[in-house]
Amino acid sequence: MVKQIIKVVLVLTLSTILGTGMVVFSYQWTLPRIIANERMTLLSSLNVIIDKEHYDNDLTNDVRHFVDSDLLGTTEPVMVYRARKNGQPVAAVFNSVAPDGYNGNIYLLIGIYLDGRVAGVRVTAHQETPALGDKIEAKRSPWILGFAGHSLTDPLETGWKVKKDGGIFDQFTGATITPRSVVKAVRNNLVFFQQHRQQIFETPAQ
Amino acid sequence: MPQSITSQYIEITQDALWRKNVGFVQLIGLCPLMAVTSTVINGLGLGIATMLTLIATNTVISLMRGVIPDEVRLPVFVILIAAIVTVIEVFTKAFYYDLYLILGIYIPLIVTNCAVIGRAEAFAFKNPVGQAILDGFMTGMGFTVALVLLGGIRELLGYGTLFSQAELMFGESARVLTVTVFEHYRGFLLAILPPGAFFGLALLIATKNWLDRQASPR
Ligand SMILES: Cc1cc2nc3c(=O)[nH]c(=O)nc-3n(C[C@H](O)[C@H](O)[C@H](O)COP(=O)(O)O)c2cc1C
Repeated sequence: MVKQIIKVVLVLTLSTILGTGMVVFSYQWTLPRIIANERMTLLSSLNVIIDKEHYDNDLTNDVRHFVDSDLLGTTEPVMVYRARKNGQPVAAVFNSVAPDGYNGNIYLLIGIYLDGRVAGVRVTAHQETPALGDKIEAKRSPWILGFAGHSLTDPLETGWKVKKDGGIFDQFTGATITPRSVVKAVRNNLVFFQQHRQQIFETPAQ
Repeated sequence: MPQSITSQYIEITQDALWRKNVGFVQLIGLCPLMAVTSTVINGLGLGIATMLTLIATNTVISLMRGVIPDEVRLPVFVILIAAIVTVIEVFTKAFYYDLYLILGIYIPLIVTNCAVIGRAEAFAFKNPVGQAILDGFMTGMGFTVALVLLGGIRELLGYGTLFSQAELMFGESARVLTVTVFEHYRGFLLAILPPGAFFGLALLIATKNWLDRQASPR
């Protein structure tokens, strides 16, 4: 009886140690590789927005956080990557959020050149409805490419809407909420950029 | 009567792939089955990840079957399965990062797949390691077939394509695998939304039952 209890306790303890040991060991062993992979992926998505030719700094490490729940769409700190060439600011890429998608947050990378024009926008994660809201993905529709080159003066505020609301950006058939939310987020980021341009580029990386 | 090894292997294979297919017959592991099968490639991805998990968990549990006392076998299974799934996740993240970006969200779902603990309890805990590995592999295959078929039905009806986004799994050269079956297809939302998974699975189960009935002598 006692022997059996000891055996049970021993097996449970050992398998817990074995299980956690396996996890801890593989985690420790692979961590540097995982970090490198994540950095590579981040860099390649940033390079889609800002061409490699246009900057020469260590983009993934030249980053600063900003908090502005109104304009950046989240109460969490938002990462802003700063692209520079020969030490001069070129563009900033915001990893911000459109909080009012059809089905919650839409995560965006929004690149803005120093002169306030949009360099490019891409969706990194969302839960919009397949075949309706997911046309915001670059691989499903060219819609998201339509922001490049626009700024707060082109169009003016009334134009920063979907066509149905009197603006210049297309909505999708049967889905207005998703594109409306993305258009609004891009404009808000441009406003934030205009208000904080000095601060965005001058402060040292965090 | 002790069976020959070969006939045992044949029986394991037939059970796992057809007679007791976890997707169509045992109907366990439905949570991931329903959740991710909106396309063929999604189904294939989850299927392969589940198969690797089943092979690993069946192997470990079969090897330890002499040591694990009956009374605590379930907690021990849970610990081992959770650890193995986590290790698989970490390794995919480190060595197959592109694949991880697609399968990543499904890998933790595998822990919720009752088929894994089901095979541990019903098979691996009672059988030698060779059979346990084959059972893990074949059960995984059977599940993968179910996922791919369901993903195929839903993708075809929902998007009018097959194998879209194959490049995410097999690299850029696989982009050509995507077949657009219906040109200018408007899409059929119901097939992609969760109810589509239930309708699709019902169709597949009915088809299997019908085939079985055709085959059996009356
Ligand atoms: C099941 C279902 C899913 C939907 N998903 C989306 C979606 O992801 N994005 C979206 O903008 N609209 C979606 N819609 C449509 C919206 O409810 C809404 O009708 C549409 O955006 C038109 O908006 P409007 O009347 O303001 O133009 C969905 C509708 C249904 C029934």
